[in-house]
This record gives sequence, C-alpha cells and structure tokens, in this order.
Amino acid sequence: MAIKDITLGQYFPGNTVVHRMDPRTKLLFTVLYIVALFMAGSPLSYGILFAVLAGCVLLSRIRLKVLLRSMRAVIFIVVLTGLLNLFYTPAGPGESPLLSFWVFRVYPAGVWAASLMVLRIILLICCTFLLTYTTSPILITDGLESLLGPLKKIKLPVHELAMMMSIALRFIPTLIEETDKIMSAQKARGASFDTGNLVQKAKALVPLLVPLFISSFRRADELAVAMECRCYHGGEGRTKLRQLRYAGRDYLALGFGLALCAGIWALGYLGL
Amino acid sequence: MEPILETRQLSHIYSPGTPFEHNALRAVDLTAYRGEYLGVIGRTGSGKSTLIQHLNGLLKPTSGQVLLNGTDIWSSKEATRAARFQVGLVFQYPEYQLFEETVYKDIAFGPKNMGLDEGEIDRRVREAAAFVELDDEILEKSPFELSGGQKRRAAIAGVIAMEPSVLILDEPTAGLDPAGVERILGNIQAYHRARNATVIIVSHSMEEMARTADRLVVMHDGAIPFQGPPREIFTHAQELEEMGLGVPQITRVFQRLRALGAEVDPSVYTVAQARDAILAALGKGAV
Amino acid sequence: MEKAIIQTEDLRFSYTDTDAQEGAPLVLDGIDLKIAPGSFVAVLGHNGSGKSTLAKHLNGILLPSGGKVYVQGMDTADEEKLLDIRRAVGMVFQNPDNQIVANVVEEDVAFAPENLGVPSAEIRRRVDEALAMVGMSEYAAHAPHLLSGGQKQRVAIAGVIAMRPNCIVMDEPTAMLDPVGRREVIETVKSLNQNYGMTVVLITHHMDEAAQAGRLVVMAQGRVVLDGPPREVFAQVERLKAVDLAAPDTVELCWQLRQAGLEVPLDGLSDEACAQVLYDLLRRQRA
Repeated sequence: MAIKDITLGQYFPGNTVVHRMDPRTKLLFTVLYIVALFMAGSPLSYGILFAVLAGCVLLSRIRLKVLLRSMRAVIFIVVLTGLLNLFYTPAGPGESPLLSFWVFRVYPAGVWAASLMVLRIILLICCTFLLTYTTSPILITDGLESLLGPLKKIKLPVHELAMMMSIALRFIPTLIEETDKIMSAQKARGASFDTGNLVQKAKALVPLLVPLFISSFRRADELAVAMECRCYHGGEGRTKLRQLRYAGRDYLALGFGLALCAGIWALGYLGL
Repeated sequence: MEPILETRQLSHIYSPGTPFEHNALRAVDLTAYRGEYLGVIGRTGSGKSTLIQHLNGLLKPTSGQVLLNGTDIWSSKEATRAARFQVGLVFQYPEYQLFEETVYKDIAFGPKNMGLDEGEIDRRVREAAAFVELDDEILEKSPFELSGGQKRRAAIAGVIAMEPSVLILDEPTAGLDPAGVERILGNIQAYHRARNATVIIVSHSMEEMARTADRLVVMHDGAIPFQGPPREIFTHAQELEEMGLGVPQITRVFQRLRALGAEVDPSVYTVAQARDAILAALGKGAV
Repeated sequence: MEKAIIQTEDLRFSYTDTDAQEGAPLVLDGIDLKIAPGSFVAVLGHNGSGKSTLAKHLNGILLPSGGKVYVQGMDTADEEKLLDIRRAVGMVFQNPDNQIVANVVEEDVAFAPENLGVPSAEIRRRVDEALAMVGMSEYAAHAPHLLSGGQKQRVAIAGVIAMRPNCIVMDEPTAMLDPVGRREVIETVKSLNQNYGMTVVLITHHMDEAAQAGRLVVMAQGRVVLDGPPREVFAQVERLKAVDLAAPDTVELCWQLRQAGLEVPLDGLSDEACAQVLYDLLRRQRA
C-alpha cells in the first residue's frame, strides 16, 4: 500500500545533539540557514553552506540513504526548476548557445544558473527534512507555539493553531489505517480504484471518500466531547508537562546560525 | 463433504525486508466445505484478519495457494475476479463503509460492480434486504438515518446481494447488545440455510461460536493449533486460556462441577446441553 | 445515609430542544439515582435504553430537560461550576482512538492537568502516578496508535485519573475490545475501585462485567427497572427477559432447571457458585 510508505515529514527517534536541541533553536536555525541560502551567490558560499549541512547530517546520524530516499518525493520539482533555469536563462554577454533545438537555446549562463538553483533547492529540502527527521512533530508544534507566542497580542490564535496541528498529527496514522480498511471493504464489493480513465478513477473514489469524511466528522465530534470532559477550555491558564528551556548548546547553535548568515552576506558584499 | 475453499501452506509476510517484517500467517492449511458453518477464533493479531483477506483475493499470498472449487484464485485474472465475487467478505464494523444516498443504492453497489442488468440487481437487492429484515420503506432512506443495528444489517445485505457461495464475516456482532447479536446471527443463519452457502464467521466470542458453528478453527500466532467440532475444541481449555481465548462459561462451570466430584458430561458448552446433562444425571431425561 | 457523590432527581431528558413539546419521546423518564462514594455501580441495558444518555448527564455533557443532577452537591446546570464538575467526575468513552489527543502516551495523560493549569512538576508526578495505576508506566513514551485496544483504553483511563477525580464514569469502555482487552480494562477498573477508593459507574451490556460490580442498575425505556446487588438482580430472570436482556448463562441454566420442575436457587452467579448449586442439587436428589 503506497500511502503507508510516505516518509515525508517522518520523525526518526534518536539521542544525538541534534535530536536533543530545543525545537525552537532548530526552527530558528533552519530559518537562518534558508536566509543564508538565498543570499548565497558564489560557489564559495554554496560550498560553505553545503559543508554546514553535511556537518549537521553527520551529527544527527541520519543515514544518507534515508535522506536521499526522501528526495525522491520532490525530485519532480527539482528537475522542473532545473530545466526552467536551463532553458529560460538569457545569454550572458557575448555567449553563443551551447545547444539549440526547436525554440530552446541553452547558454553557459543557463547551465550555471540551473546548477546553482538545483543545488539551492536540494540544500533547502535537505535542511527542512533534517528538521522533521530529528524533531518529533509534537515538539515542532510546541516550538512553533512558543516562537509565535508574541503574535497572540495581535489576536492571532496561536494556541488554537498549534492544538489543531498536533491533533492533525495524532490522527494521521488513524486515518491512514481507516482509508486502508474502507478501501479493502469496497474492493470486496467489487470496487476498483486503479482502472479506467481519470473521470472513472475520480468517480471510484466516492465510495472511499464519503465514508472517510463521515467517520472523520464522527471522530471529531467524539474527540471534542472527550476533550471537554478533560476540562479543555482553550489556551488560557494552560500549563505544559514539558517546558522548553534553552541550554548552552542552543545559544551556541543560534550564534553560529547568525554568524553563518552574516558571513554569507559579507562574502556576497565582497563579491567572492 | 465437498471442499469449496482451501488454503495450502498459505504464508503471508508483511513489510518483508524491513524492520517491521511480520509473519502474519505461517503455512496455514484450511479447508471450508460446501454448506458448512465454520467459526474462526483467535485474538487480535492472531492472523485471522489476514487469513480471510486471502480467501477472496484481497491479499496475495507470500507463498502457498488459495483454491476455490479446486482452482488457484491467482492462476488467472478470471479466477481472481471469480473469487472476489463468489467469496463475500464483510469486514468488522461494516456500517462504516456505507456511502450511497439510499440504502437501496448502497446494497446495489456490489451487484452493479458485477455488471448485472437492472432487473437482476433489483431482485438481488430486495432479496438481500429480506434476509436482513429491512423493509421497502427503509430501502429508500439514507443509510445515515438508520439505527446502529439497521446500518450493520444494511451493510451485510450489500455483500449478500452479491450472492456469494462463501460468506465470510469478521466480528459481525461486535459492539451490539444481546438482542442485536441474536438478530444478526439469525439473518446470517437464514442466508446460510436458504442458499446452502458456506459461512465463515471470525470472532473472539467463544459463547457465540459455541452456539452457532458446526466446526471451529482456532488461530494463534499465524497458525492453526486446533480445529474440529466445538465439543472437541473446548476440551483444550488450558491451552485456549493461555492463548487468551478461554472456553464458554458453561464449560467452565461443568469443569468445576466435575472437580467437586459430580459425574457429568465434561464436553458440555451450551446452556441447553448443560440442562439436559443435569437432567440426565438426575435420571429425568431431557425435556 | 452517606452523602451521595452523584445524585439525580426525577431526571428527564428528550433530544428535542424544548421539553414543553408534547409527545417528544423521553430518552430518560424520571430517574432517581444516588451513587455512594467509593461504590462500584454497573448500569445495564440494551441499546436505546437510555444508559448512555444517563452517563452523559453525570458530568454535564448533557443537561436535563427536567429534574436535576447534582455532583457533590453542585447542580450540573450551573455553568459556573462546570469545570469543578468535570474535574470531579471523569468520563471514559467507547472508542479509545477518539479520546486520545496526543501522539505520545505521557503527553496524552498530561492533557487534563495541563488544561487545569497544574504546575509542570506536579503534572509529571500525576502522569507517572496515573500511568502506574493503570499499569502502563512502561509505555509512557510510546505512540498510542501502536498499542492494543485494551492498552489504549487504559491510557484513556489514565488520562482521566490524572485529573484526580472522585468518580469515573465509563460508557461501554469494552464494547470495541477483544476478550483480553476487556479483561485488562475490567481488572483496571476493579483495582481503581478497590485499591484507590475511586467511585466507578460502568455502563455496559456485558452481563459478566455487570456481575463484577457491587450494585447493578438495570435500565429500560429510560427508566430504572431493577436496582440491587448483581446476585439479586440477575435472579429476576423473568423481569430481565421482559426488558430484552438475558441473565448470565449460569443463572439461565439454573432457571431452566427450575422450569423443568427442580428446586434450584437462582443466586449461583459466578462459575464457582453455580457449580456448587448444581453439585448440591445432584447430591440432594440422589440422597
């Protein structure tokens, strides 16, 4: 069953420095890294960013195979952006096309732009994957709630959004299991989900989606009552079992992230 | 007796080659005979659900065969399709798969997928509804307006309408109250008798199985340690207990009675049998 | 008489909003019930008897259409007291999947104390204590969806205990479980009652579970029809049959022997007691 094999956004438990770091640090560091990535323009800066990410991967002990396998899911985007840059980058001063067929012309500048863009996207995707691989979804949610906390002042329902996210995460496996079950049950009544043209395939989904929606609403309803029974009344006055606390390594990591940003900016400024 | 459905050395491994690898079935040999009422007992995770999903070709064996009327159901596309329709499978909590606007249309879903004509579909829907005691008025209602018990019966009718020669039900009485249990079991029995259909019921309720099944198959850890008539199965009280299954309450009472020193039939497993056994011991004969 | 922890006075309820509406069917029709602190009360009834509706009144999920419900003297209709009422009476439902909110066991157990604003260190203590009480300490860091049905339900119970309620109401907590899961949950409930003095109200349609309680309330058509120790209630076989319920097999057997003209007492509820009753019968008749 294909839906069971999705590894996107999966968490691989572990006990490395990267795993133990405060989720807020990891979120902020990821943001800083991405900012640096978008400021980078030269091979040198890309080289530095690549080395930093490679270091993080090594520290987290996430296997390269796992990381590469998850790239498969987004390979389409990577290839597409690469091709677009390849074909649509105009010629640099005095360049003649390396290749030309039909309406397409490929210039050296295009090859250059495409490779940098592909590298940028790969680094971007790897660093976000690294975040989700080393941080449990619930910690990411906690981290986001804490980081976005100040936005409550402008009436952004930060707690509610975080609660929704963590409940959605909790129910994903349950719903996947349920989808599997309903699919088998309808197949037993002769339904087929993988034959026919697009319209027929879409129609075939009705016997799957209707029961799925109905059961999700029922679950939502029951969950709401169960939550009320456990005295849930919104985020006000709520405490937490686990409190997030920055440790020395967090300050170190954040300092390093800032330095990285500044460094990449400086490299660009110096034209290196 | 003539076998209708057989498994030969049937094995199934989930997620082979990963850390989640799991041997759900280990070389299972099972035979279901034409017109018999077979009970499959096992606790959650014993492999019984995996087993029944092989019987109508929803799952493909890792190794071994499933034979329907002597033909391997994976030998040709036609054979697989025939198995899908001749072996009707009702999943646990089948009411959660209802989706059509009316009960009628929902029951017609299976026959429609079989490619039958309108007249035949109509006949089948009405007959199936009759088996589960749903009247014409209910057929025009939305399935979501029905009571819990009615929904369950409508969903079962959806499989009966395919007129399978083997009807398999996974925990058909789960979550129902005693009156609801009796009704569903009665409906299944009616189909079984009227069509001489083979019925395979998967359950973890010993009491229920003891009352209804001709023969019991015990599943444990992906294999079948015991099979035979209930009377025989329940003599393995100790082993069944260790598998987390246990024996019917009446059997336990009679075992205690024997331990106290009374000479009564030890293979009793229903209230009626127990009553007759006591009356016989008192020399009064059965009533 | 000790002060009741929960008390209903002429409780009436109908799902149509205005109770003034004439002819609206009453789901609850005048219930007077007092639950004593530290007691273990089972409420038995078939589907539609009103037992689940009654349960939902005991912590203010539903409010009476007529009459009153008091929890430790607080009127459940008093919105100001709602949190205090919910904290005093915990509620566990049928489907464990739909009451677990977090994807780590201990996070889920922490949910209620977090809502109550309990300081972190104290939450940790309560979580550990609650998990120990239901025997799930070793699963603290597990993902709930990988646990068995019985284990999930025990997590749900722990999630309620962590509020430190005085009473726990369970609405058919075993309906979706296999026999092993059912046993786990019932043992947990008994231990909470016996070892920790927790008041328990268990809504069920399983006779054998009801038989374990100290007091048994039988409901039919929104009314309490029988109320007393299980041994006495189950002995009233005719009245149980009149409301579509059956007596446990042990009592049913003795009753059938009685119908056959034998003098058999009807209070042999457990396996042991029933075997003893039968043994005495056989010996007496032989003598």
